[in-house]
Amino acid sequence: MSLPRTPAQTVGPFFDFALCARPASELVAPGEAGAIRIEGALLDGAGAPVPDGIVEIWQADASGHYDSAFGWGRCPTDGAGRFAFTTVKPGAVQEPDGSVQAPHLSLLCFSRGLLKPVLTRLYFGDEAEANAADPVLRRIGAEQRETLIAQLSAPGSYRFDVRLQGDGETVFFTTPASGL
Amino acid sequence: MSEPVQKLQSVDDDERATRDADPAYLSPDYVGTRLRSPRRPLLLLPQTLSELTGPAFGHDAIGEHDHDLTLQHDGEPLGERIIVSGRVLDSEGRPVRNALIEIWQANAAGRYRHHVDQHPAPLDPNFTGAGRCMTDDDGGYRFVSIKPGAYPWKNHDNAWRPAHIHLSVFGRAFTERLVTQMYFPGDPLFPYDPIFQSVRDPRARERMISTFDLASTRPEWALAYRFDVVLGGSGATPVENA
Repeated sequence: MSLPRTPAQTVGPFFDFALCARPASELVAPGEAGAIRIEGALLDGAGAPVPDGIVEIWQADASGHYDSAFGWGRCPTDGAGRFAFTTVKPGAVQEPDGSVQAPHLSLLCFSRGLLKPVLTRLYFGDEAEANAADPVLRRIGAEQRETLIAQLSAPGSYRFDVRLQGDGETVFFTTPASGL
Repeated sequence: MSEPVQKLQSVDDDERATRDADPAYLSPDYVGTRLRSPRRPLLLLPQTLSELTGPAFGHDAIGEHDHDLTLQHDGEPLGERIIVSGRVLDSEGRPVRNALIEIWQANAAGRYRHHVDQHPAPLDPNFTGAGRCMTDDDGGYRFVSIKPGAYPWKNHDNAWRPAHIHLSVFGRAFTERLVTQMYFPGDPLFPYDPIFQSVRDPRARERMISTFDLASTRPEWALAYRFDVVLGGSGATPVENA
């Protein structure tokens, strides 16, 4: 049996009193050993900030294991389109087929004007060796690949902007059945 | 010298939307999509653990009145009480258990409790319009609320949104995440709403419309609507998280 999916619709502009009533952007406490900060902005095709967006992350733990109780976060964008997470750097992920994924986060971005979320990945600029061998990154052209790399901006801090459209448009993914 | 590597497959979003349930990112009649829609082809991800896993939320994430939007204040909200219930299923028809559902909506007058909403309709001091619950072992969920009103928006001249409730659902995997809107049967605004119409397949649009559910009504108290949600599924057997 295969049931047809329920279509996606935009979150619209009025979600934060429901989706963001509980803080969820600090996966670990700031200052905790191993804590990193990820800061960025969600930008539209004119380079303008998206002030009514929401970013969700999903990541492995520091040892590279996915654990349903750790690794999810959510942050609304502010008036300047900015979002920020405090988390740990995920470890490299060993796949069942023996391949190894470089440390990365999955991101879903929602906003008014996005009828379905965009799915992307954040890799770390200081993991050049792991990135070069990553089974996803190495299958993306060099210029586009750069849009997925967060740059170290200060010790323990990374910068990652998501450009929905136009110059420097971020690479967005889809999966076989999700319709993303 | 590195060996040649096969690039990830490109997917044309507009072409995909002609056969997929979801709307295309660029749906120009909905003006907000014009500057926020990706224009490059999407890249098809291989199914890795990153796509096949996802967060789980404990029942402690749900407060006593989170599922009943009519009990969240001292007084009762104005409007028509409704019971909204249904099941969350995967693409194989299996129940999705312990799925977190978050909802939000306008009040009976068509006004959101949100600082950006300037619609000159009254706020209701007894209605916030936000709820949460977890699905049970059968994938079932149930909310009690107030039927939301239609409201104007500035997309085009005399634009009105049909009455709807926003639903956000977590499936078993992060890539099963769904945010949608539940509409009410027979709404005369459907033909004029570019968000509803962004879904190209009329049968898929029907799946966003709840059905009147006489069996779930509570006599002398509330009408009821049924809305089942089918998630995409990751195309693979669910991975049990550690």
